[in-house]
Amino acid sequence: MQVEVARPILESNDTGAAQLRRRFAAHGLLVLNLLSSPGSGKTTLLERTLTDLRGMLRFGVIEGDCQTENDARRVAATGARAVQINTYGGCHLDSAMVAQACDQLGLEDLDVLVIENVGNLVCPAEFDLGEDAKITILSVTEGDDKPEKYPFIFSQSQVMLLSKIDLLPYVPFDPERASTFARAVNPDLAIFPVAALTGQGMDAWYTWLKERLAAKRQDH
Amino acid sequence: MHELSLVEGILAIVREELAKHGLCRLLRVRVKHGALTAVVPEALETAFEVLTAGTDLAGALLETELVPLSVRCRSCGQEFSPKDEDRFLMPCPACGAELGHTVLTGRELLIDSIEAE
Repeated sequence: MQVEVARPILESNDTGAAQLRRRFAAHGLLVLNLLSSPGSGKTTLLERTLTDLRGMLRFGVIEGDCQTENDARRVAATGARAVQINTYGGCHLDSAMVAQACDQLGLEDLDVLVIENVGNLVCPAEFDLGEDAKITILSVTEGDDKPEKYPFIFSQSQVMLLSKIDLLPYVPFDPERASTFARAVNPDLAIFPVAALTGQGMDAWYTWLKERLAAKRQDH
Repeated sequence: MHELSLVEGILAIVREELAKHGLCRLLRVRVKHGALTAVVPEALETAFEVLTAGTDLAGALLETELVPLSVRCRSCGQEFSPKDEDRFLMPCPACGAELGHTVLTGRELLIDSIEAE
């Protein structure tokens, strides 16, 4: 016999994400899902952010990687609370993994939770983790047509951090072109050109973070 | 690229539905995937074969159906399906407005039906 099912394949992930969202709201926590390709400088940018905002905002970090705890160690060195998820080859984090990591991390006494996803511009975009915003990093050592090649992830993001801009004199990357493409798929995208090593442009990103947290607390 | 996770989701739902309807042998699963989802049908079929092999669901078929992209123009309200080459800017055939249209179909990722006995 034929049975009409009409159920979303990712429904268990979506249910888990809705539970996470309620849990995050109960703590008045701002949650960011940090996305990029491998090697864009996600962890370096995060280390800089955590160091610069130390004493102002209390950060928790969930690090997603295929293997090793290297990133959690780097992040913990800044004084932030961090746990590592190893996906052992898996291409994305899902809401069940994040729920488990939250149990381990503990959400008390935090202002911002950053979930550093597995380096990948395709799969993580499909898996809701209960976050308030997806932040996609595009580094200038990649192609400036990335937003055109991977439109879905840029259309789902609220912020694009254009990173490693201190290398612009040495690479054929046109920030104007990248921003135009990214805004074409997502007119509301906030774009912040930054360099984590020199600190250039980071203040605008921090301002966005603080404003979003204030807005979340107001809703709370 | 995450077809294995998708198939795990499919199998969990299929098992629930089989139990709910008192069925034990799965013959066919029909999946609908929108043009905007990052699903590769061949990879989904392979993952399905791999994850059902040696289980009670072995031998069942996975059928995929692509749901085309359709949008409503943000400017004049015209509903249309952008051609493949226009997927990026999506110019409206009626008024020429580009981008920012409302997606009507193309984001689906669901199990449509199963056949079992």
